[in-house]
Amino acid sequence: MNYVIEMLNIRKEFPGIVANDDITLQVREGEIHAILGENGAGKSTLMSILFGLYHADKGTIKVRGHEVHIHNPNDANDLGIGMVHQHFQLVQNFTVTENIILGKEGSFFLDRKSASKRIAALSAQYGLNIDPDMVIEDISVGMQQRVEILKMLYRDANILIFDEPTAVLTPQEIEDLIQIMRNLVNEGKSIILITHKLAEIKEVADRCTVIRRGKLIGVVDVADTSVATMASMMVGRPVSFKVDKKPAQPGRVILEVHDLNVLNNKRLLGVKNFSLTVRAGEIVGIAGVDGNGQSELIEAITGLRNIESGSVIIEGNDITHADVRRRNEMGIGHIPEDRQKRGLVMPARVFENVAIKEYYHPPFSKRGILDADYLAEYAQTVVERFDVRSGEGIYSLAGKLSGGNQQKLIVAREITGTSELLIAVQPTRGLDVGAIEYIHSQLVAHRDKGYAVLLVSFELDEIFNLSDRIAVMFSGELVNVVKTGETNEDEVGLMMAGITGKEAGR
Amino acid sequence: MKKTKYRSQSGNAFLVAVSAVILGLIGGAVLMAAIGSNPFMGFYYLFRGGLMNIERIGNTLATATTLMLVGLSVAFAFKTGLFNIGASGQMLIGGLCATLVAHKVFLPRPLFLVVLVASALIGGALWGVIPGFLKARFNVHEVVATIMMNWIAYWSIYYFVPAYLKGPSLETESASIAISQSLRAPWLTKLFNGSYINYGFFIAIVCVIIIRFVLDKTTLGFGLKAVGSNRWCAEYAGIKVNRNVVISMMIAGGLAGLAGLTFYTGYSRNMQIGVMPAQGFDGIAVALLGASNPLGVLFSSLFFGILQSGKGFMNAMTSVPPEIADSIIAVIIYFTATSVLFQRFWDRIARRRGSRRADQREEE
Repeated sequence: MNYVIEMLNIRKEFPGIVANDDITLQVREGEIHAILGENGAGKSTLMSILFGLYHADKGTIKVRGHEVHIHNPNDANDLGIGMVHQHFQLVQNFTVTENIILGKEGSFFLDRKSASKRIAALSAQYGLNIDPDMVIEDISVGMQQRVEILKMLYRDANILIFDEPTAVLTPQEIEDLIQIMRNLVNEGKSIILITHKLAEIKEVADRCTVIRRGKLIGVVDVADTSVATMASMMVGRPVSFKVDKKPAQPGRVILEVHDLNVLNNKRLLGVKNFSLTVRAGEIVGIAGVDGNGQSELIEAITGLRNIESGSVIIEGNDITHADVRRRNEMGIGHIPEDRQKRGLVMPARVFENVAIKEYYHPPFSKRGILDADYLAEYAQTVVERFDVRSGEGIYSLAGKLSGGNQQKLIVAREITGTSELLIAVQPTRGLDVGAIEYIHSQLVAHRDKGYAVLLVSFELDEIFNLSDRIAVMFSGELVNVVKTGETNEDEVGLMMAGITGKEAGR
Repeated sequence: MKKTKYRSQSGNAFLVAVSAVILGLIGGAVLMAAIGSNPFMGFYYLFRGGLMNIERIGNTLATATTLMLVGLSVAFAFKTGLFNIGASGQMLIGGLCATLVAHKVFLPRPLFLVVLVASALIGGALWGVIPGFLKARFNVHEVVATIMMNWIAYWSIYYFVPAYLKGPSLETESASIAISQSLRAPWLTKLFNGSYINYGFFIAIVCVIIIRFVLDKTTLGFGLKAVGSNRWCAEYAGIKVNRNVVISMMIAGGLAGLAGLTFYTGYSRNMQIGVMPAQGFDGIAVALLGASNPLGVLFSSLFFGILQSGKGFMNAMTSVPPEIADSIIAVIIYFTATSVLFQRFWDRIARRRGSRRADQREEE
């Protein structure tokens, strides 16, 4: 068997932690090889070693059977190894061509034309559908990713590493990407796919190396292995994909939204005549493709965006024009879409982040003076209850927590605040199976305590798993509200494209 | 356990500052050697000039007083994510208000001092609150607005002083303030053998303590820091971002106004026209070296105070020009600004010592 890449008995230690402990990875020519592991399992470290960003303490790397020493990403490029990073490395106001030739400009005089021609040819060969003259800031996230792929191809890479490539994509873009990966393999490239999304591995990968806590757990043929098996290999215990929940017991009305109109950032109506009620003891999921007014709707309800017309009512109190703090006091909890931007103050400590919405009133503070003991005590109970892990406990900087623990911290803060209405936007985005399972169970538990939950997710699985009722949004409008038990993914999927049940032929 | 964690963080900033200072001094030594002077003699006279007797120590403290208050002003604005480059203008207006009071208001001494301090505080705060308001309301960048305010203050003084506060002999400066109407105290002057030291030093120390308390222990400080570290999260959490911006600039302006008070009615006792006080910019250096921490500002202002008041003596005793002291400050700022490098260096040293801290989460 021909291996294009062999990483043998790799060990990499960071102070206090063994990131890679005797890991072996063997990738065959022309296969899609997935590396599966939770956040922090050591996937990215392994790939960083292969790409020359870190050096292994022990172990050898072979490319096409020859032992190599990779000191930096340039060495990796010379060996034909290319990487699409999770966060794209593109210059926003350059064109596609300029970005791709950056660092490979050739002679003193820029020859954009021939570069652009070659890029167009590559794009056609692999079905990437990229116009070389477009400017990066004008194209979608999915297209930017394809520019990254083109960048590798332009540098004649034949071993392509994809680091969490679907984290930023819409479902349609994921489909496209999977097709592109198949094209690449058909043209003789080999692919290493780093992910924790099992469905994608099942769909596209040939073999899968599973690692957990820095150790190699096993290598499986994807075709012969069930998703459940891979999940339990990754997490170390059986994982339930279905959320355990009893039928909802809807009570009094908590949130009423009437004829809401909200402008988006382009000063156009992002939410149009939107009305919805959410009752105590139920989870209402808002389904829709990203960018159909969900963000604007949530910002209008939480007070982060002005309302043009219509009203928002919480337990009978009109809060249409109330400020954010007043709404928080009315009992709105909000797990924001972007945890880095809105959810946490990264350079502040965990205990400060836990109290950021409530620090100004007793018992957190008295007459403007913070009660340090109470803050610490409160943070400690919250952190313990939700098992938020960090190096220095409640004194860690929020920015030093792993992504999963950051999200847990936000969920902990919002749920502990006894929110009458909990608004959860993409609460499990980018998290691994274990953390997703945990956060889902917490959301259901919150519902079962008699609180209302409004969920926004771009993942239909999540919507169906959690919601008691599903409200579908398309182009800023409410398409329909359906009970989860009386519909199916196909029907909701059509509604997400703006086609209502009747038009769909029912 | 918890406490040591805190210390390790501020200890780190301390090591960074000390490294920057040492490298700055080495840089100064190289410069001195390059112009053919003996660096050891240069430094000897530089520090001797700042510290050799009780009078010079007093003058060093008086110089440090103004720097301390400006440094505090800049540091406070930094914490809210604002760059107060307008401390000079705030100093001028605070100083002008105080000079007016010193000339026109006659009250029993304790009451008089309160009015004097309050006038400078209010003048400076007003000069700070205007750019704060412009930022909050119209999103005018505070750097632009505060620079404009500097020049408005500068030219206001240019006309106001000759018109209303003119001295008997010179057109270009205000009449000298009587000792009894200034911040000077005979007992202090006497204690320090006739130096410029004045009550301003105690005002500055009290301000350090108050600002430290406000930032660390109060809800006001909590909100200000949240806005400064992540305004999006602050907004989401219900903290009024714009109001905090205005408050922060107001307090920063007030502190710079007090710096003007200590300079114009304490260190000197008159105001010259056509001079933009350099302390307004030196204070940025003080805040940077002090890592925007009130205690850090205290120490860095004392250090800069020594350099400032010693450079004249160095020039008199050796062939080293006084600009070398300014160059040393510049080199220190350079190294403080690139403090990330030191931070890495000291982090690595700390880790080598085998401290098994789990905060080194895997680099995912």
